Amino acid sequence: MSGATEQLIERLATEAEPVNRLRGPTLRAALWLLAVAAVGGSAIAGFSDLDVFARRAQDPKLVIEMIATLATGIAAVLAAFELSLPDRAPAWTVLPLPPLAIWIATSGYSCYRHWIAFGPDGWELGESTHCFRFILSVSVPLGVTLMLLLRQARPLAPVRVAAVGGLGVAAIAACLLQFFHPFDVTAIDLSVHAVAVAMVVAVSSLWARWSERHGEEAARP
Amino acid sequence: MPPESDHDLARDRDWSASMAAAQNGDRLAYERLLREILPFLRALAARQHRAPDRIEDVVQDVLLTVHRVRHTYDPARPFSRWLAAIARRRSIDALRRRGRTEAAEVLDEQAYETFVDPRAKEDMEVRDRASGLGTAIASLPRGQREALELLKLRQLSLAEASQASGKSVASLKVSVHRAIRALRAQLTGGER
Repeated sequence: MSGATEQLIERLATEAEPVNRLRGPTLRAALWLLAVAAVGGSAIAGFSDLDVFARRAQDPKLVIEMIATLATGIAAVLAAFELSLPDRAPAWTVLPLPPLAIWIATSGYSCYRHWIAFGPDGWELGESTHCFRFILSVSVPLGVTLMLLLRQARPLAPVRVAAVGGLGVAAIAACLLQFFHPFDVTAIDLSVHAVAVAMVVAVSSLWARWSERHGEEAARP
Repeated sequence: MPPESDHDLARDRDWSASMAAAQNGDRLAYERLLREILPFLRALAARQHRAPDRIEDVVQDVLLTVHRVRHTYDPARPFSRWLAAIARRRSIDALRRRGRTEAAEVLDEQAYETFVDPRAKEDMEVRDRASGLGTAIASLPRGQREALELLKLRQLSLAEASQASGKSVASLKVSVHRAIRALRAQLTGGER
């Protein structure tokens, strides 16, 4: 078997073309986040009702929730870029969890408040499906671009990277949603958000698992 | 495995410089590096695997992975840690694959006992097998067919087949094993 290893080394050395070193994960994450901020900012400026948002933003709970959502998104995207490299600690996975807990807690508080105040009637369900479609449709382009960037590192644990990246994408989509969402979150919204976020994370992970099993050839140098 | 002693630190600096040179296309530095890391990789693999051929499989998988992800190494960071992370991952993958393969294998003592003299059975079935072989190979899933073709028909080594298909040595072994099992099942009348 040693002979085979020798042959392999000779072959690999012969094939060793110069490669472009990947830039640092923080820089790559920051560039992607800036691009998303630019596109998201233009969409908010062009299409959202900022007056309604300004009124809603007087509620400190909404501000805390939005900061937590955004922090979850940023932390998860940064963690995904770190985790895509071989020598980074798996502990990066837990980075987005504290803001995620705050996000869930503030959404949950709102849910409790509005469950008592409004009750789950018809129009809320209609609006909830709007949120669901919004999160999914914003997540798809964000997710595709993020996954393509993450795949540049050919991660050794692609499913973990995709799950964390998927959480980041879904959190950013949920944060953008606040600008196009003329009311506070209710229990139905909350569960719809949770399902949408879970779907984005699950689809990202499944994609990674599928490409790990079937895409080895495509990932070959 | 972070470098500890002065010797480890000096070695790590050497390896790091060689990898940086390799990233810039220095093939000699790369070949020397791959040879120098072999004992380190074998020692790491030996922590989780006993059989020498399995250790060598893991080492080859690690070398292929190092080659595929060499653009992710940052020369400002310790090389040994980067390498050990890849080796650990591939070693665990090999353990999992072994678990899956062994779970799927069944000892079938009856397979040899349909005739008192095994040659009698072979004589009777050899013609049927030959005619059915092509059809049976064609019916295999793509990955298994490819592994069989590369390793058994073209008689490439595992490392060569791995290079040609982009699959790991261990997964090729699994594929060819499954292919042969599937062929055996088909050609012996679907016994398994």
